[in-house]
Amino acid sequence: MADASLGLWTVPLAVFGGAIRVSTPFLFVSLGECITERSGRINLGLEGTLVMGAMSAYGISYLSGSPWLGVLAAGITGALFGALHAGICSLPRVNDIAVGIALMLLGTGLAFFLGKPLIEPTAARLPAIDFGWWSDVPQLRAALRINVLFLIGVAIAPLLYWAFKTTRWGLLIRTAGESADAARAMGHSVLLIRLRATMVGGFLAGIGGSFLSLFYPGSWNEGLSSGQGITAVALVIFARWDPMLCLWASLAFGGAAALGPALQSVGITSGYHLFNAAPYILTLAIMIITCSPKRTLTGAPAELSITR
Amino acid sequence: MDFGTISRRHLLQGSAALALGSTLGVRGAAAAETTVGFIYVGSRDDYGYNQAHAQGAAALKKLPGIKVVEEEKVPETDAVEKTIESMINLDGATLLFPTSFGYYNPHVVKMAGKFPKVHFEHCGGLWSDKDPKNAGSYFGYIDEAQYISGIVAGYSTKSGKLGFVAAKPIPQVLRNINAFTLGARLANPKATTQVIFTGDWSMPVKEAEATNSLIDQGVDVLTCHVDGPKTMVENAARRGAMVCGYHVNQSPLAPKAYLTGAEWNWEALYPKFVKMIVAGEAIPNFYRGGLKEEIVKVSPYGEMVSAEARKHADDVKAKFMSGEYTIFKGPIADNKGKTVIAGGTDRGQQDPELEKMDYLVEGVIGATA
Repeated sequence: MADASLGLWTVPLAVFGGAIRVSTPFLFVSLGECITERSGRINLGLEGTLVMGAMSAYGISYLSGSPWLGVLAAGITGALFGALHAGICSLPRVNDIAVGIALMLLGTGLAFFLGKPLIEPTAARLPAIDFGWWSDVPQLRAALRINVLFLIGVAIAPLLYWAFKTTRWGLLIRTAGESADAARAMGHSVLLIRLRATMVGGFLAGIGGSFLSLFYPGSWNEGLSSGQGITAVALVIFARWDPMLCLWASLAFGGAAALGPALQSVGITSGYHLFNAAPYILTLAIMIITCSPKRTLTGAPAELSITR
Repeated sequence: MDFGTISRRHLLQGSAALALGSTLGVRGAAAAETTVGFIYVGSRDDYGYNQAHAQGAAALKKLPGIKVVEEEKVPETDAVEKTIESMINLDGATLLFPTSFGYYNPHVVKMAGKFPKVHFEHCGGLWSDKDPKNAGSYFGYIDEAQYISGIVAGYSTKSGKLGFVAAKPIPQVLRNINAFTLGARLANPKATTQVIFTGDWSMPVKEAEATNSLIDQGVDVLTCHVDGPKTMVENAARRGAMVCGYHVNQSPLAPKAYLTGAEWNWEALYPKFVKMIVAGEAIPNFYRGGLKEEIVKVSPYGEMVSAEARKHADDVKAKFMSGEYTIFKGPIADNKGKTVIAGGTDRGQQDPELEKMDYLVEGVIGATA
């Protein structure tokens, strides 16, 4: 047989492939949220932004025939949602978490409503780059068909790490996040910094959504996100507000999501619910190990409403 | 009637009419019309379970004197009772199809007690003697169509490995997996079906991962039992595998990869129900059937289905149509080697034992827990 099965080797291969395929939305949302939270705000609405991004990308790609236009539309939609969040939060005595939850419901509801006629048609998909040309193992070649958005996401992580550390903009965002008073004393508008940070965060989350509908799984339906946006927001805390750790955490979550189906496919069938829950068990375990009643979370921006 | 208050349902109707260009929500038509209400748990163009019911509703719209009102995405909670009440009180519906399994108890039972003149037809086969007589529950033996899909899959596979993306290991799902496998082994006695349970009815990312994992294992024909087969069908076709559909015909999604599929045939059943009611006949409270009773059907064969496969599948289909075929005919062993149906025992279509199925037959790779 030409395409002989790989037996147990499928499992590491699927985890590897899954890390690449499934992680991209996690990566974009968590990097976006990382920027927003570093500026001192939590935007829980990114689940809604992700779903809105997925829907608008699919719609624009279907109407225009260009998936890249869809990605752009998803980003703009995301930025608008970010602006809405930041705008409402600029008002006095508004709780950013409550606004986030409201926007999460608004985003998903609006996307389901506007996306109704998009469930049936098939839109143009984003292309994949074939990095497996050197291999004659079809399974490996399939795993190495990588979308360019994934590569962009991987590139953004170190860029962001560097930007936070060394650029003026990075410093401003961090200042707004650590001490709003200090930023004000320097003569900067904290609200404006946070508005921009939330918009950029929304832009990235929207693009994460476009990956879902335009590449993998690759169509628009209402169960598409199934909570990935909210998981990614939690990932930021898990990654200690560090873009590089966001990258590794996203890859780990992607790989873990592939673990359940892959183990079943090689015949390890007992306790598949447990394997499906692997990412969440992992999160809980790390949270429990690293938490301490004596201090706040390391790396947490001091202005966040959960740490203040 | 009070036009001053706009209910949530009418708002939705209006917006649905706007978005889809449908002609819902026009009231005050001729008094002789019978109004039929359809309630869906999800979106009615999901290429899956809800679309199958919506196609049945569309068949009713073509009948003279019938007006159809629909509402989508009604959760299996008190919300369905509100929808039912407003369909009855505001639209004057006299026949209702609450199509989701979880609507029945307690919601449909309660509403049927409250509106004894309205007829309720629920999909799922849950009616029992204690329930109101104006409620009924119908159900289709779609495993017969899965069995035909299995035969076609058995002929079409080159690796002898078939894949099944399933939601949860409940009896209806297991019955489909088993029927598909038994059909496939009729064509190819060495064929195996690898099953992956995703854990829920709509998990697109898990379904896509399951599809990829199966294909990585050498599976070349896939089918599924989830609410929306679109994800599996599209992802399998992209990887060059063949597919058998479920719920409705998914061949437009992957015309080259689509072999055949197990479909509901509500567009045949619903007009039948309405005609029975118009003629004053009573619909049996517990109505069920398979291919013969036109409750399920098989998708037209795709172009790569061989003549041999077509012939074998058509022969078995003809036997189902004449009611002389049994899928679960002993001896049948489960995949752990235990005999689950003894030799000489025929478990026919309506056998209640089959509705308690908790095993996977020999040839299925996977476990129920």
